[in-house]
Amino acid sequence: MKIRASLGSGFTEVRVLMTHPMETGLRKDADGKIVPQHFIQNLTVKLNGKTVLDAQISQAVSRNPVFSFRLNGGAKGDKIEVSWLDNHGESAAIEAAVA
Amino acid sequence: MNHLRRTLLAALAFAIARPLAALAAWNKGAFTATTPGEALKSLGVGNAAASKDLHIEAPEIAENGAVVPIEISSAIAGTNALIVMIEKNPFPLTARFDFKEGALPFVKLNVKMGETSDVRVLAEAAGKYYSATKEIKVTIGGCGG
Repeated sequence: MKIRASLGSGFTEVRVLMTHPMETGLRKDADGKIVPQHFIQNLTVKLNGKTVLDAQISQAVSRNPVFSFRLNGGAKGDKIEVSWLDNHGESAAIEAAVA
Repeated sequence: MNHLRRTLLAALAFAIARPLAALAAWNKGAFTATTPGEALKSLGVGNAAASKDLHIEAPEIAENGAVVPIEISSAIAGTNALIVMIEKNPFPLTARFDFKEGALPFVKLNVKMGETSDVRVLAEAAGKYYSATKEIKVTIGGCGG
């Protein structure tokens, strides 16, 4: 995962990249076998420990998802945390300070 | 009796093994719906009024359906959720974003599109729903492979 949080004019832009196959369950591998569904289902964005955004996503989000979000206001040093949870129960999180 | 106990134990083990999954809400009914109408019904979305204050920035033509960049934003006061629906995908509902105090109704994301389709964005504000659509033409689909 990678994250960048920077101040815009009146908002904080958060850009986050997740490493994930986002398998749809429709794709076949080289042997012609269906590759099982494996995709992120939930995303959470926290600002200084408080949840500001919750998302539910489907397998139709592209592989290695990249999202940009905007938070109201914000100041240098504010702590942003983004976490995800997939359909296998795997999860990951990353943190950054607003620059 | 034994069978019942086994079933209960299995259910319990499942619940313990996946505590995070159990806590996080993912609207399975809506995400596995195969038509936009069914998905909206599962989401509890009623009549949506067309709105010019709901913006979709996306290419007219996407050469690669596996990565179609879409930027969505709402200028409707009090927008607390944005929903993305790719009408002709096998499972149209693609994402639902719930904005709490502190987040602006703006998201940029990449999506997969199987074929040329209308992309519908819905916004929820003060219990009412608004919608906007944009057609994106796809040269090479991005769902199968």
